[in-house]
Amino acid sequence: MAKDEIREFRLVGTRPDRPDGLDKVTGRARYGADISAPGMLWGAVVRSPHAHARIVRIDSSKAEALAGVKAVVTRADFPTGLTGEDWNLQENTMAGEKALYDGHAVAAVAATSALRAQEAARLIEVEYEVLPHVIDVDDAIRPDAPVIREGAADATVPEGMPPNVVRYIDFGRGDIEAGFAEADLVMERSYKTEATHQGYIEPHACLGQLGEDGKGEMWVCTQGQWFIRRMCTAVLGLETSQLRVTPSEIGGGFGGKTTIFMEPLSLALSRKAGGRPVKIVMSRSEVLRATGPTASASMDVKIGMKKDGTLTAARAEFRMQGGAFPGAPVDMALYCAFAPYKLPAVQHIGYDVLANRPKCAAYRAPGSPMGAFAVESLLDEMCRELDLDPLEMRLKNAVNTGDTSSYGPKFGTIGLIETLEATRAHPNLSAPLGPNQGRGIATGYWFNHNGETSVSMALSEDGTVQVSIGTPDIGGSRASIALMTAETLGIPYEDVRVNVVETGALGVNEPTHGSRATFACGKAAVEAARQAIGEMCRRAASEWGIDPEAVEWMNGAAQPAGPNAGEFPPMTIAEIAGKMGSTGGPISGHHESVPDGVGASFGCHVVDVEVDPETGRTTILRYLVVQDAGRAIHPSYVEGQYQGGAVQGIGWALNEAYIYGEDGRLQNSVFLDYRVPVASDLPMIDTEIVEVPNPGHPFGVRGVGETGITPPLPAIANAIHQATGARLRQLPMSPPRVLAAIGEARQG
Amino acid sequence: MPECCGARMVKVNLWSSLTRFTDGERAVEIEAGTVAEILDGLTAAYPGLGPILDSGVSVVIDGEIATGRHTPVTPESEVFLMQRLKGG
Repeated sequence: MAKDEIREFRLVGTRPDRPDGLDKVTGRARYGADISAPGMLWGAVVRSPHAHARIVRIDSSKAEALAGVKAVVTRADFPTGLTGEDWNLQENTMAGEKALYDGHAVAAVAATSALRAQEAARLIEVEYEVLPHVIDVDDAIRPDAPVIREGAADATVPEGMPPNVVRYIDFGRGDIEAGFAEADLVMERSYKTEATHQGYIEPHACLGQLGEDGKGEMWVCTQGQWFIRRMCTAVLGLETSQLRVTPSEIGGGFGGKTTIFMEPLSLALSRKAGGRPVKIVMSRSEVLRATGPTASASMDVKIGMKKDGTLTAARAEFRMQGGAFPGAPVDMALYCAFAPYKLPAVQHIGYDVLANRPKCAAYRAPGSPMGAFAVESLLDEMCRELDLDPLEMRLKNAVNTGDTSSYGPKFGTIGLIETLEATRAHPNLSAPLGPNQGRGIATGYWFNHNGETSVSMALSEDGTVQVSIGTPDIGGSRASIALMTAETLGIPYEDVRVNVVETGALGVNEPTHGSRATFACGKAAVEAARQAIGEMCRRAASEWGIDPEAVEWMNGAAQPAGPNAGEFPPMTIAEIAGKMGSTGGPISGHHESVPDGVGASFGCHVVDVEVDPETGRTTILRYLVVQDAGRAIHPSYVEGQYQGGAVQGIGWALNEAYIYGEDGRLQNSVFLDYRVPVASDLPMIDTEIVEVPNPGHPFGVRGVGETGITPPLPAIANAIHQATGARLRQLPMSPPRVLAAIGEARQG
Repeated sequence: MPECCGARMVKVNLWSSLTRFTDGERAVEIEAGTVAEILDGLTAAYPGLGPILDSGVSVVIDGEIATGRHTPVTPESEVFLMQRLKGG
């Protein structure tokens, strides 16, 4: 942005206290499991102990005879005839003919206490015919792999592909072979990443109530109450508007709470129990076994590079399994894989493959971290081969505003070069390294998203303001939207209360996902505030007896636009609000749209590690996140997003993985065995906010939630290589795997 | 198509695996003034694309994902069909 375009803001860019902070630190905030209702029952779910099995018989007679048991449901209690993704959701909610993964729900029960419900669940007898299973994506894509579902492939899959391939994508441009021929160095490598879970602290919880008349209510921890409403009613065959969904506070989601799991079960049980509300709270083991982790990936990448670092061509072939249903984010992975770079020739091929694992859900920049692991690792390897500085190579090839992206369309205003230059200037890049220490660099990309958005603003009688939004506050959107609203209205931040409302209060809103909440709801809130300003100016004009066009809004008050408009003292928002009942009624603003102007975000991470050559343990010494935010509305929250993304990426890189036994059962379904990073594992994550404003947003916002998880995987692999000489191409880079790689590297 | 606007052929870039539905063409021309006319025109000209378009795609116009079927396009627009973009 040119210097003369820089705007001074009164509130945007400041760091006020978060509006939900006191409730959260005092325990007053109500999360999913905190909601109860009179006459409430507790639900429990019977889950398959097999990775793949035909359900021969379900006998619930013993459970139903138990005192306190009020309802049992199986797939027979759900409507038939669903197709497409609605069928997938229903099948994942409750197995039909087959259990498709360890943990797949096969029945559910409601009883007067949680313990009684669990006891009843144990009494439900399920007879299975165990079938061959497949877990690994490379095994699942083999032509002779166990077939998970006949006819699941969509129209993109050409004839003759292996039966578990359900989606195929192929795109690119340029003469790929000529590009490789032009290169001084062509390298091709294969990489694998494991499925990981979002690891949100709050397990899924809901309280559902559904009467025989088809009217229902649900209280639930979710990223998107309208998604819950639409999916639950589709799965249960209800009219969408008859279900009212209220979101609780949310203890993390990261994409994993944008879909349904046990929510329809609570409604189905409630309906069968005469409309009594049914509460279901998942255990951590249920969360890991039966909600939606991300995909696992197997990837081949080939890149051509000249001696000076110029990229000439690149090819990626990615295979991803997203569980027993279509939906692995292989397309997103491919779109993002080479996005940071100018490439004259590029080819992408992707396969979405079924395996006997839980249905994957979105996870922070879905697919992008896997693709970055492969591409950014190979680029680092090539830089070392050609003795090139990895940061300078990235700068040499970095895309800029107006460049053609690797996936086709031209970029709008982007800030990759500014991000790389800010990285180069950061002191972490010149920190000395000791023995067994190494430094890794990687870049990452995410598109960001807009989505259906509806926001209302209402003026209260004392001149303070309420804003109703439909996106649950995960990363600080209430504070950011309050700042943007207050900035627009010219009033104090403290005078704006932002409420996350239920589905009956607004038009359809997409969830808090795709890094969209601050961008899309913020943009709509500004438009709603501008609408209210227009009405307040009209009220003032009416009071003054002048033309509304002769009134302007400044510093939280209406005032004559110039000397010709007349001489009137400013009429403050409080004065207008105080008499709005007698000047025409309530004053509000409303805006709904799928907002245009989405701005993509690039990041660059630099990590210093130390690897213990005796144990293979990797310690993170320093970690730097540099990312283009467009504009940081509340910089503390932006930094929090950068740090959170980096930490999740560190876990994915070093420890986290779904570990299955030969029997296809998940072996690490608790946090003691599924190792997420904890505070003592980490240094303070350093952050640098780059601001290349997005011209598509009134304050320049891009959205920052997702890009930060993309570079850590390759950055850490590159650092481990510098520290040890060992190049790891498979995640997680756990101590045994690092130790083995060090041994192999020493043997040459 | 409104008479005032005349015939407006828009070049639509497809992902490669769709070319088996378009006689091998990676970019096809459709007479259209909006995203709706692009999608409907593609289905009419290449029926094999129908199920894929119906299952959801993103139409990217001049580098930006179209916000709806009403979004206008011109013969000068850069138009890409991409798999539906989503986030976490």
